[in-house]
Amino acid sequence: MSELADIVSQARDELGAAADAVALDQVRVRYLGKQGLLTQQRKQLGKLPAAERPEAGKRINEALDSVQQALDARRATLDAATLETRLRDEQLDVTLPGRGQQAGGLHPITRTLERIEGFFTQVGFEVATGPEVETDYHNFEALNIPGHHPARAMQDTFYFADGTLLRTHTSPVQIRVMSDSQPPIRIIAPGRVYRCDPPDMTHAPMFHQVEGLMVGEDVSFAHLKGMVMDFLRHFFETDLEVRFRPSYFPFTEPSAEVDIRGQSGWLEVMGCGMVHPQVLENVNIDSERYTGFAFGMGAERLAQLRYGINDLRLFFDNDLRFLAQFR
Amino acid sequence: MKVSEQWLREWADAPVDTDTLLDQLTSAGLTVDSAEPLAAPMDKVVVAEVLEVSAHPEADRLRVCSVDVGGGETLTVVCGAPNVHQGMRAPMALVGARLADGHKIRRSKIRGVESQGMLCSATEIGLGEDADGIVSLDPQAPIGKPLSEYLRLDDVIIDIELTPNRGDCLGMSGVAREIGVANKIPLQGPELQPVAAEIDDRFAVHLDTPEHCPRYVGRVIRDIDPAARTPVWMQERLRRCGVRPISPVVDITNYVMLELGQPMHAFDLDSLDSAIHVRLAADGERLTLLDGNEVALTAGSLVIADARRAVALAGIMGGLDTAVTDESRNIFLECAWFAPKTIALEARRLGLHTDASHRFERHASSVGQMAATERATELLMAVVGGRAGPLVDTCVKEALPSQPTISLRSARIERVLGMPVADATVVDILERLGMGVVAAGGQWQVTPPAFRADISMETDLIEELARIIGYDAIPSHAPRADLLMFTREEARISDAAVRAVLVQRGYQEAITYSFVDAGDQAQLDPGQPPLPLANPITSDMAVMRTSLWPGLMQALEHNLNRQQPRVRLFELGLRFRQLDGELLQQAVIAGVAAGPVFPEQWGAKTTDGDFHDLKSDVEALLALAGDSAELRYTPAGHGALHPGQSARIERSGALVGYLGALHPAVSRERKLALPVYLFELDLDSVQAGHRAAFKALSKFPTVRRDVSLVVDESVTAQAIRHCVGQVGIHVLENLELFDVYRGEGIDSGQKSLSLGLTFQDSSRTLTDAEVDQGVDQIVASLRTKFGAILRG
Repeated sequence: MSELADIVSQARDELGAAADAVALDQVRVRYLGKQGLLTQQRKQLGKLPAAERPEAGKRINEALDSVQQALDARRATLDAATLETRLRDEQLDVTLPGRGQQAGGLHPITRTLERIEGFFTQVGFEVATGPEVETDYHNFEALNIPGHHPARAMQDTFYFADGTLLRTHTSPVQIRVMSDSQPPIRIIAPGRVYRCDPPDMTHAPMFHQVEGLMVGEDVSFAHLKGMVMDFLRHFFETDLEVRFRPSYFPFTEPSAEVDIRGQSGWLEVMGCGMVHPQVLENVNIDSERYTGFAFGMGAERLAQLRYGINDLRLFFDNDLRFLAQFR
Repeated sequence: MKVSEQWLREWADAPVDTDTLLDQLTSAGLTVDSAEPLAAPMDKVVVAEVLEVSAHPEADRLRVCSVDVGGGETLTVVCGAPNVHQGMRAPMALVGARLADGHKIRRSKIRGVESQGMLCSATEIGLGEDADGIVSLDPQAPIGKPLSEYLRLDDVIIDIELTPNRGDCLGMSGVAREIGVANKIPLQGPELQPVAAEIDDRFAVHLDTPEHCPRYVGRVIRDIDPAARTPVWMQERLRRCGVRPISPVVDITNYVMLELGQPMHAFDLDSLDSAIHVRLAADGERLTLLDGNEVALTAGSLVIADARRAVALAGIMGGLDTAVTDESRNIFLECAWFAPKTIALEARRLGLHTDASHRFERHASSVGQMAATERATELLMAVVGGRAGPLVDTCVKEALPSQPTISLRSARIERVLGMPVADATVVDILERLGMGVVAAGGQWQVTPPAFRADISMETDLIEELARIIGYDAIPSHAPRADLLMFTREEARISDAAVRAVLVQRGYQEAITYSFVDAGDQAQLDPGQPPLPLANPITSDMAVMRTSLWPGLMQALEHNLNRQQPRVRLFELGLRFRQLDGELLQQAVIAGVAAGPVFPEQWGAKTTDGDFHDLKSDVEALLALAGDSAELRYTPAGHGALHPGQSARIERSGALVGYLGALHPAVSRERKLALPVYLFELDLDSVQAGHRAAFKALSKFPTVRRDVSLVVDESVTAQAIRHCVGQVGIHVLENLELFDVYRGEGIDSGQKSLSLGLTFQDSSRTLTDAEVDQGVDQIVASLRTKFGAILRG
């Protein structure tokens, strides 16, 4: 039976020499295929005398198993080598950037307004809006600023031929909301406002304000202070020094300007005060039963302080090099 | 308002340093805008006397002066000032002195004559704008004394940003009052001595409209010295408060205004006719003012008139004809109270803003006229001499502003401020502020002083208490409220979600001005008449935008001009359109795109964006609100867009907006080198979404059939889709247009469209025959409608 041993030995040699899956398969077919040398041997079994068959069969089976094992081993080796090669070939420069669209970004003022709205909606303020072309009544009269009032000179107003105007502040939204509802009222009103100032580093004919208003049965100046300080500390994410100083707005009393301590002194960030009883009466809210506070802040001002922007005009040039910094 | 610290301390000498004084002002609501030292320290400038003046041997215009600078020293100085004369005292800069402009004085020879210093003009020593001659100091000025000591130049000029309610602080006395209250010290203003009448001249005054002018105090003064000069100390104070010295009489009225807050006016008595009438003007009456301008008066103009004509615009400016001049010897002083509204309206009508109108508009005190007149008389006697007539107070008391009595409740104070204030503190503060306080029935009856016209109701008193207690002393508490939710409509798409779509698609948000150039507007949104501003700042911001495109185009061009190869911007905001006389303030979302679809990157070709790239952005926005089946795109004439590459978008028949390529003609006019794509959509249409409603999933398989049809170029995808829909095959689940082909095998003027038809039934599996029948029906319908030919 040295013939069988020779076949096995030869098969092993050929398997060992097979360099790839195709060669390996050729070897498999030659020995284990239907016409394969070992398969042939098995077919010869029938010709042997019955007494020899079990022994011969056993040896052939051993030879088959041995070649099959060698084949599997070789296949595994070749597969591993192939995978190795493939992995080597498929290696990429993972430092190259990804492809496709690149996201744009929000304007820093939108970002600022969204943050401000976020803080106040957290504590139950609703966002309200109003028209930008306003009536004299909503922008001035109802806010205790009659036609001859010197406070009108504080706010250079853009007018239209029919006497309407571009709102000079977001305070008319207060009037619109209070005219339509009864306390408790908690609103925040972000939006564009306009003043007749030519654009320069510190002036813009258009900018954004956020008006806040809370009216209820138990709303005091102490609450106003608490809310404003809470907001400023969250907005700037630091335990700021905040100062309230007496000021004057025809529609609030007592009124205050709010300053925060900056590196070079106090910086004005908003105006606020207790809603003037006359304003409440103007919108049919009982000023004996209800009190309220209101505040108004400039979004550009806050964004400038927050991001260190030194020129107001940058907000409206829409230069991509500027805008892209706030993604 | 500018305030001299020295002057202020003369009135209220608070035992605090300058910084504390400034803090006290700010804390009282008189915000200190700035506080600057008056002058840089100036060495070696002293008071000198000109002993002798002689001609310069070499120059006609120069003089050689011998000057006493004190300490027994006499110096020679060459001087070119025309007003230099023997005996005058003037500031002298010694050798080594450094002048206001940094110039250093050296010993020098001027045209051969040695000059050992310089006699100085006001500009040279930083004391004003007068460069014409050297400063003439008082004859008593101590020779040799350093000028900065003599003029007390170590002053601080405090600029107070006064709120319009505090008309009472538009004078030194008012500001001092606040400092007095803060420091609990009395005022120490100059003691007022009524000036006794030397003569009995009176000038009749008639108050024709007491509602506009209920009080007019007048006084005749005769025989003043027209040659007198305003003393340097007074000029200095005027200057430090920002008022230009003019002539003694005018300077004194201004000085009293700065001191007491009462505007005054002096007439040349001899130029007045018989009597003063304070009356409303006749329509069309004219008056030439002190500044030389002639103004047309109306029936609303309040004037001071004599028997013949208007001689002054009440409370705003005097008339030229009756002004005090260098020759005036007899004057008539006026100190009146005018209704704030009258003055404000007239000043605004005429565009005039004067020191006087500023004060009257802000409610000058209605009781200080006598005191101011006495003070002015006293100063006039001292400076220009003369003989005073009696002070005559013409007054209609009923027409004067009434003194309110205000009830103040302790509980209300606590309610508004959020903290209790002790009764004793309330009374103390109000009394320090000059108010009358009477406790009655658990509350107080408070009478504010006449100069505090801003105090008329309880809340005004509460503000006063808060202000004096100090806002810092009021606690901070978180507000309290019931925890109640409010509506959040699920179907409503938020602004943030809308913005996010475009941001994800590579757009950067812009914010552009709401007013634009009328020409830009007409070019980019033709046919929409914009609303013009009555008072625009510049012509390029003159009309309200009817579209966001003008602003976005400007922003686009700004970036293209700065080498940006790819710009995608969007803006969310209002546009302002006029419809049937109504103004619509409509929120829209608009965008502009130019350059490659993707940012420059490896492994991808740089492809310029086109109409359909933009359309996919628009579709993404509109997809937020769901149901794209309701949308219709029709090629539509928008004057600013390319007629073949633009669409009008409708949802269920209502206009949503436009998108398309900028019209090549407009592109050329704007000198744009690359195609620009624009869209603008009504924001409400974008945000009005649907609430989802579940539809059961079919358990049965779908069958897909693809067909390619050849149609004319003019047949739109939307028309095909519409036609297929009209066939009404209820098992047609989806129609996808997956290819448009032109070229080989297709005649020019035609195109091949490939449709993917998906069929499904919810209750059973469809048979091939049923599906084939559906496809046949669709193809037949398309053939009938568009002549579509099935491609092999």
